[in-house]
Amino acid sequence: MIDADQTAAFVEQVAAAIADDQPLTIEGSASKAFYGNPTQGRVVSTLDHRGIVNYEPTELVLTARAGTPIDEIEAALADKGQRLAFEPPHFNGGGSVGGMVAAGLSGPARPYAGAVRDMVLGIRLINGRAETMRFGGEVMKNVAGYDVARLNTGALGTLGIITEVSLKVLPAMPATATLRLAAAAGDCHRLSEQWLRAGRPLTGMLHDGDQLHVRFEGTASAVEDAQAALGGEVMEASDAAAFWQSIRDHRHAFFTADERPLWRLALPPGVDPADFGGSVLVDWSGQQLWLRGREDADALRAQAAAVGGSATLFRGELPGVAAFAPLDAVKERLHRHIKQAFDPHGVLNPGRLYPQAEVS
Amino acid sequence: MPAHELFRQEDLRFEVDIDPLIEALGDVLPPDGLIVHEAGRRAYECDGLAAYKQLPRLVAIPETIEQVQTILRLCRDNGVPVVSRGAGTSLSGGSLPHPQGLLLAMGKFNRIREIDRGRRLARVEPGVRNLAITEAAAPYGLYYAPDPSSQIACSIGGNVGENAGGVHCLKYGLTVHNVLAITVVTIDGELTTIGAEAPDSPGLDLLALMHGSEGMLGVVVEVTVKLLPEPLTKQVLMASFADVESGGHAVAGLIARGIIPGGLEMMDGAAIQAAEDFVHAGYDTAAAAILICELDGSEAEVADQMAAVDECLREHGATRIQVAADAAERARFWAGRKAAFPAVGRISPDYYCMDGTIPRRQLAYVLRRISEISQAEALETVNVFHAGDGNLHPLILFDGNQPGQLAAAERVGSEILQLCVEVGGTVTGEHGVGLEKINEMCVQFSNPEIEQFHRIKAAFDPDGLLNPGKAIPTLNRCAEFGRLHVHNGELPHPELERL
Repeated sequence: MIDADQTAAFVEQVAAAIADDQPLTIEGSASKAFYGNPTQGRVVSTLDHRGIVNYEPTELVLTARAGTPIDEIEAALADKGQRLAFEPPHFNGGGSVGGMVAAGLSGPARPYAGAVRDMVLGIRLINGRAETMRFGGEVMKNVAGYDVARLNTGALGTLGIITEVSLKVLPAMPATATLRLAAAAGDCHRLSEQWLRAGRPLTGMLHDGDQLHVRFEGTASAVEDAQAALGGEVMEASDAAAFWQSIRDHRHAFFTADERPLWRLALPPGVDPADFGGSVLVDWSGQQLWLRGREDADALRAQAAAVGGSATLFRGELPGVAAFAPLDAVKERLHRHIKQAFDPHGVLNPGRLYPQAEVS
Repeated sequence: MPAHELFRQEDLRFEVDIDPLIEALGDVLPPDGLIVHEAGRRAYECDGLAAYKQLPRLVAIPETIEQVQTILRLCRDNGVPVVSRGAGTSLSGGSLPHPQGLLLAMGKFNRIREIDRGRRLARVEPGVRNLAITEAAAPYGLYYAPDPSSQIACSIGGNVGENAGGVHCLKYGLTVHNVLAITVVTIDGELTTIGAEAPDSPGLDLLALMHGSEGMLGVVVEVTVKLLPEPLTKQVLMASFADVESGGHAVAGLIARGIIPGGLEMMDGAAIQAAEDFVHAGYDTAAAAILICELDGSEAEVADQMAAVDECLREHGATRIQVAADAAERARFWAGRKAAFPAVGRISPDYYCMDGTIPRRQLAYVLRRISEISQAEALETVNVFHAGDGNLHPLILFDGNQPGQLAAAERVGSEILQLCVEVGGTVTGEHGVGLEKINEMCVQFSNPEIEQFHRIKAAFDPDGLLNPGKAIPTLNRCAEFGRLHVHNGELPHPELERL
């Protein structure tokens, strides 16, 4: 295991960027380089800044440096029968813990077990003034000061270089089973509600356009009960694990066999995915739609907004289309002011989140 | 307030000409929506931390979002500080009025706008009481999970402001994990909705930032919360230990086995005795500590977990385990814990409740130090805490009628909070900083961190009109506090001019 603290070098790089008026691109394993708007600048690599700094299984807390591969963290957790409940994606087989938090993306278990932002307890950060800071900590309950740790979760490095992360971890479940059932994608919400209310330990629900895939994880008795009650086809354990991993990491054919831009829609519960047309993969009991074949960004975004959701151009490019749905005027101003508050010289991943909200 | 200097000079920098504001607000609010006379304002002079009192200049009681927008715009234009207040149950002085400011009382925003049983969410006004949401959801087999001890009285808007917790938090999360969206009014009187009914929304996580921001960034006028299905079954057991340390090890043992209880609470011997005398819950008064453990889920899950918990507690030296036979007994087991504070109120003329979080492995050391710290001031402490997440609530017993005892209790409290930071914890787990713990923030955070907090505040409220003097200390305050608390001979903040 490599263990090295590069914080001082990062501080120097930020200070130099301010002095030279040269922006920086913060990069870990670059597994999510496609995500967000394009940015440019000298690369600050966190890859050598790695190592698990603290892991207390009985406190459900793990702290690691930003460049630590997610793989390494998951292996350390698995050793103690624990896991990252939000199932972070390992795009291209990679991913570091800093990038995981900066991107704020969660896998199939997210609606049932919580998102990455729900599990972030603390961070160490270098802001755009080259100052090192620590927010939050290693305890579950902490309301001292503003929640800067979660503010940086999903901020795509635009507010600071995350150098260290403390996460809430959870026990791995003793038993799991994945069932394949015949159902319409439009029934996802109704079925998941029915099962959750019946106490079924649901941790995954995906419709691939053909079949519904349902995962239960919990005590052996609860999983067996769910299996007996629902019927359907039980997937082989190794096939099931590979299947959920292929969804999490975008290696499923839906993601690999099509070159068209990939949209991600976040939707309120109970929206019928069929309304959105195109080629879709329905995850999160219907609350996350992966969509291809809709190129009129404004129309798609308006349709998502009309039902209380949003559409992100997740992968691929469309001329003149920003990655993220526009903000209202108040939030755009707040974004601009917050960016200023952390990075007054605009040296950290400029434009990656909201280029239009960074113009002073 | 004798021992604690409430507001500092820099927090009182506002030049307020109140009469034009009163006149302008008179055109906006109904006659009973504006309290000018002292007798009326007196009712608002403190929150749940009654030791701190401060009369506001003016109290406004809006009934509509438009009125809130107008009030804030007028305050901005007139340079008047604004403190918003819900049920006034803050235990850290978070909604204590500002001496130069307007108190914005949100109590009339008390309607539940929607319980959406199919989508399991509730849309409510900020003045709705926490427990009222669960009561309204109960007929549909649903509930709102975060349950601060004050849930019968505290409002959901205040829960957002403080990121309130409770006994269910280890398993079901804090307020921030259970709120989907909030609608807020900025100091400029603008309205925006942060978050969504969808699992996430684009941009920075302003929803998280607003949680626990103690009314410093905006005024919440609507909250959409997630509801959960009521667990199919629950079971509560109580385990006695001959010392607190064994109880702490038992908690670690449970978690190491992969069990996350719905609630896991610990009381020390003094708390057990006080609670038993008060509610006759059947507590083991011979024990040095008891753990109350609630498991929830399906019948089969709870049965499996009960067996594992029983085995684990015995392995860690539990001297007695009682399992509640029915719902009435479950309620009785909890009643003592929930009544621990009033129970202590019966054995001591006054008590001061602290709220720090520590890494749980430090529990035995911290409890020993708490005992030493309070003995040094000739005071006693009683300990109840959220054992699952390390959130301590030492109750420092004192008699306010004895000269110097309140000041001594405050010194003990401050030292306990600093101890929490020293062992890797925090000065507040769920009560907030408010005015109470603002000095100790200087111990937890460095100057650049505190300055970063101020810059975040300025991004929302450039003139610093929302709840000034709370939550985030000024560097002057820290310099002054540091002067009083020199550690290891090192003077904190040497770069600052001394006052």
